[in-house]
Amino acid sequence: MSSVAQRRSPALIVLSTGFVVLWLVIAAFPFLWTLWGSFKVQGDFFSRADWMNAIWGTRTIVETGASFTGAGYEGAWIQEGFWQAALNTFIVVFFTVIISLTFGTLGGFALARSGYRYAFWLLMLALVFRAMPHITLVSGYLLPFFEWNLWGHKTTGIIVLVAINQPFTLWMLHSFFLNIPKDLDESALVDGCTRFQAFRLVIIPVMWPGVVTTGLFSFLLAYNDFAVTAMLLSQDNQTMVPAIAGFLGSTFEEGNVMFAVAAVVSATAPLFVLILFFQRQIVSGLTAGAVKG
Amino acid sequence: MPHRTFFWFILPSLLAMFLFIALPIGSVLVQSLFVEHEQVLIETENCGPFGCTPSVSVDQEATQALRDANPLGRFNGFGTYTDRNHLAFVEVADGWATSDGWADFGSRLMNLPFYKALAFTLAYTFLVTPLVIILGLAIALGVNGLPKMLKGATIFVSLLPMIVTPLVGSLILFWMIDADGIIGATLQRLTGDPSLSLKASPALTWLTLFIYGVWHSAPFAFIVFYAGLQTVPAETLEAAQIDGASRWQRVRYVTIPYMAPLVVFILLIQLMDNFRVFEAIVGLSAQANASSLSILIYSDLRGDVAQFGSAAATSMMTIIGVAILLTPVLIRTWRDFNRKRA
Repeated sequence: MSSVAQRRSPALIVLSTGFVVLWLVIAAFPFLWTLWGSFKVQGDFFSRADWMNAIWGTRTIVETGASFTGAGYEGAWIQEGFWQAALNTFIVVFFTVIISLTFGTLGGFALARSGYRYAFWLLMLALVFRAMPHITLVSGYLLPFFEWNLWGHKTTGIIVLVAINQPFTLWMLHSFFLNIPKDLDESALVDGCTRFQAFRLVIIPVMWPGVVTTGLFSFLLAYNDFAVTAMLLSQDNQTMVPAIAGFLGSTFEEGNVMFAVAAVVSATAPLFVLILFFQRQIVSGLTAGAVKG
Repeated sequence: MPHRTFFWFILPSLLAMFLFIALPIGSVLVQSLFVEHEQVLIETENCGPFGCTPSVSVDQEATQALRDANPLGRFNGFGTYTDRNHLAFVEVADGWATSDGWADFGSRLMNLPFYKALAFTLAYTFLVTPLVIILGLAIALGVNGLPKMLKGATIFVSLLPMIVTPLVGSLILFWMIDADGIIGATLQRLTGDPSLSLKASPALTWLTLFIYGVWHSAPFAFIVFYAGLQTVPAETLEAAQIDGASRWQRVRYVTIPYMAPLVVFILLIQLMDNFRVFEAIVGLSAQANASSLSILIYSDLRGDVAQFGSAAATSMMTIIGVAILLTPVLIRTWRDFNRKRA
């Protein structure tokens, strides 16, 4: 890559590196700040006197005797029962991803292998569905769900999230299956397999990279969702994101905003780990749709 | 693939989408034509020593019975669409007739909830989207020039704002811009105005939301552009340089044309996502100064008595908005598809 065209003047290198460093600070600082501040007391994290207090933990030392405190986490996880929300999130997200991928691989495979016009129209329809704001769909669900007593259950939430996930999952897996050569399953058909056998014996063994990448995005969609989980799940079944929103309503008066800060950090941690391990898949997933047009 | 096999393969997925995306749209349409029942009033006479006085009270039992018997409410046609909380035909016509000048008419329009929300949604969509594309391209060009060993870590950090839950991301920003938070306090010190609050004025709230939107979405554009940059052939760049093109000219006439299809892709995704701006407003508690179409629906459903009819009418108009937004893309894709077949 050290061709002449790549060589650059020192001034430009300084400028562009400076810009990237600035961006990295803007991208990372809010998270580092909140992570650090979550181990302080409210008087430090929201310091009227001097924001440097949040770094040294001046009030924290006065109030708790140490410069770090886990009071926010204790309050959120134990006192306010955030563990229940975390457990609910795990259940909802796990089943949403599994079911989404099962439906999506079957559908995506069919769309990739069918040359008919209706396959194209289905993809376009999926694109339109993908664009629907989730809250408009929720306003369609609420009344019927109330009437049929479906409201509030985890199962309802899971099914709705699976459905909302489908357009995206279909598109993504469809483009992955287009990359798997047709000859592979056609030769299996010649050898006497049925379509489903060809899918099971020939396609499934080679599809995992695509499925893992799509799974990551299904996970993110379900994990990050607020509109559906906040409106369709009852208090007991609430997942982490609406639970955090609920903290805000209840904790501002009590001066326990630190519970919400701790909860926010707790909910971000899994995402952090996720990027750490799956960065390559996330990047390839983001670009999969784009590079192929 | 034969039709029959295709059908069985796609059935689960299609069924899920039909039941929980297509039917709800139908349900929204039906709901939008109805409004809640009026309360049943009964007239009773209170008789005391000085004669009888008639009084009107709400018959709770009868009202409840009516609601239970007909949960949709009573038929209202397109009445909900044209009332004050939606398209507000009467108020707009009145404003048009009596206002002096565009500014006055505009400010009257902004007092109507639907137009206020629409204005913010459109402003957000059409400001944040281009900014995201420009910033994303700039970051991608910058990162592309970094030494190889630093790229991985840079991409990791850059992904954070996008991957993190929107509500959580906006809450983090909300705490930082608090008057006692780090950004809010620093701004007060810098401007020397101890009453400066980013949360109080509509203009500053809008600005905060736009900044959040760009911060949240720029990584997406960055990653897509960065991947695209790897496909720009070095030979073309070298040829341009031999022909005497400056660095800027090479970016302008070689790199950017290679990025054009990616811009279309990012544009499509960003328009869809920015049009439904929602969590950021909840996270920043900005409902008072900035509301979006999604927020209108949310607050209708969240009220003490859920107003299904009103929420459904707004939903319907949001869906129409999405359709208008998507039409150019759909037409383009349809043309491409036909060209490929031909």
